[in-house]
Amino acid sequence: MKALRVVSAMMRASVALALQYRLEFVVEGALAVLWMAVALIPLMVVFGNRGAVAGWTYPEMLVVLGWFVALKGVLEGTLSPSLMQVVEHVRKGTLDFVLLKPADAQLLVSLSKIEPWRVVDLAGAAAIFVYAFQHIGHAPSIAQLSLAAGLLVAAVLVLYSIAILVVSIAFVAVRVDNLLYLFQSVFDVARWPNSVFRGLLAVVFTYVLPLALMTTYPALALLGKLNARTAVAALLGSFLFASVARLIWLSSIRRYTSASS
Amino acid sequence: MSVRAALRAYPQFLKTGFASAVAYRAEFLIWMFSTNMPLVMLAIWAAAARSGPVGGYSQRGFAAYYLCALLVRLMTGAWIVWELTMEIRQGVFSLRLLRPIHPLWQWSAENLAAIPMRGIVAFPVVIILLWLARGELSHDWFFWLLLAPALLGAWLLYFLVQAIIGTLALRFESASSLFEAWLGFSNILSGYLVPLDLFPSAVRVLAVALPFRFQLSYPVELMLGRGTRVEMLELLAAQWAYVAFFFVVTRVAWRSGMRHYAAYGG
Repeated sequence: MKALRVVSAMMRASVALALQYRLEFVVEGALAVLWMAVALIPLMVVFGNRGAVAGWTYPEMLVVLGWFVALKGVLEGTLSPSLMQVVEHVRKGTLDFVLLKPADAQLLVSLSKIEPWRVVDLAGAAAIFVYAFQHIGHAPSIAQLSLAAGLLVAAVLVLYSIAILVVSIAFVAVRVDNLLYLFQSVFDVARWPNSVFRGLLAVVFTYVLPLALMTTYPALALLGKLNARTAVAALLGSFLFASVARLIWLSSIRRYTSASS
Repeated sequence: MSVRAALRAYPQFLKTGFASAVAYRAEFLIWMFSTNMPLVMLAIWAAAARSGPVGGYSQRGFAAYYLCALLVRLMTGAWIVWELTMEIRQGVFSLRLLRPIHPLWQWSAENLAAIPMRGIVAFPVVIILLWLARGELSHDWFFWLLLAPALLGAWLLYFLVQAIIGTLALRFESASSLFEAWLGFSNILSGYLVPLDLFPSAVRVLAVALPFRFQLSYPVELMLGRGTRVEMLELLAAQWAYVAFFFVVTRVAWRSGMRHYAAYGG
């Protein structure tokens, strides 16, 4: 309960801060639309030449892209800017002030800075879904929608856990503040469904760095093509992943000795 | 400040720039590795070409194209726009102006001096390219001769555009957003994401005339041996015409920005 109050207070603070810069709000929103177009155009060119790629038709591939755009919005709108500040805190030695606060430190650092204009990404993702399902010809059923919603939770959980893991590295090696950038650019791979990759890469993107779980599985759920066993495994796997990330975060906090000592 | 003084100081600038690239090597390498977009695009095109060539590209052809694109991007990087906008906002920029040498000289040296470090990342890409798709590369020595001035021109275009947009930060707060918008267009129209000849003809006609092409697609076309010698020479001339044009714009933007500039708190 207390955690929820803390979260809502932080959200309000972030939105209030962002609303002070109204021009930036408009500019950043427009940029989000531009980058969405940049993500769409290569796909349009590919499917201008081919009917299906790696077993996916154009509208099906759009569903994957929709999840990608939404999750990229979550990653670059909340997780990255907040966790970037942790790295800054570690370097300047101000993390002690965060750790002293009477709330869970992981909660405090992971939502400390939110860029509200990134809701444009969520709206764009919704638009892509609507367009894709118009092409397919029928809307997803309630069951498919709720399964997709469940997998979305799992996807965000895994995304968040990876970001926390990356930041935990910052406690050990301070000079890696751009590791998060590296992860952001690796995340670009998640715009394609997993079957695009073959051999070793397919395994890596499913089990080691579970990008498939973030976009391919939720898309399959919406399309009604995901079997129950994979869905359950994905949900369990994501909770396992999150708990491991939490444990690693706690142990690296314990080992943290601040800048001066 | 004379050009001769700048040229005398230039070797030292290069040395300092190289030293700082070496000092921050871990960060630097991570930055390099995050340039992976050509490989992401290669994945989808390779999957599309499994059942046969697409628009004249086989799987091997796509591999050659995107590895060359990756090479050009790695070797022609510049980041002056971020430094300019940050220094102007923080007011550190005034200190640069106090030095008896034009700041752009120093920045260009810093950006150029990083190229040996970039080569460390680019080298394995070259090996993979030669091993995977040697047959797709140009067999004409003349094309490889043209590649050197073409790469220099591509780098200059990138650097000058960044300098122009960065200079705008003297007037506008959101110059870095403007650069991001420019990057968005450049990704599409320079051939970075999709080979230009796969676009519908209306887009291709536009892309071929705009400066974006000369920043990436043109050097890649040289490496792949597209077109004839004469065509490629003409394109080189066009590229350097754009370089000259952007050079003039940089000077104008810089002068007018300077007249406008009155440091923060000043």
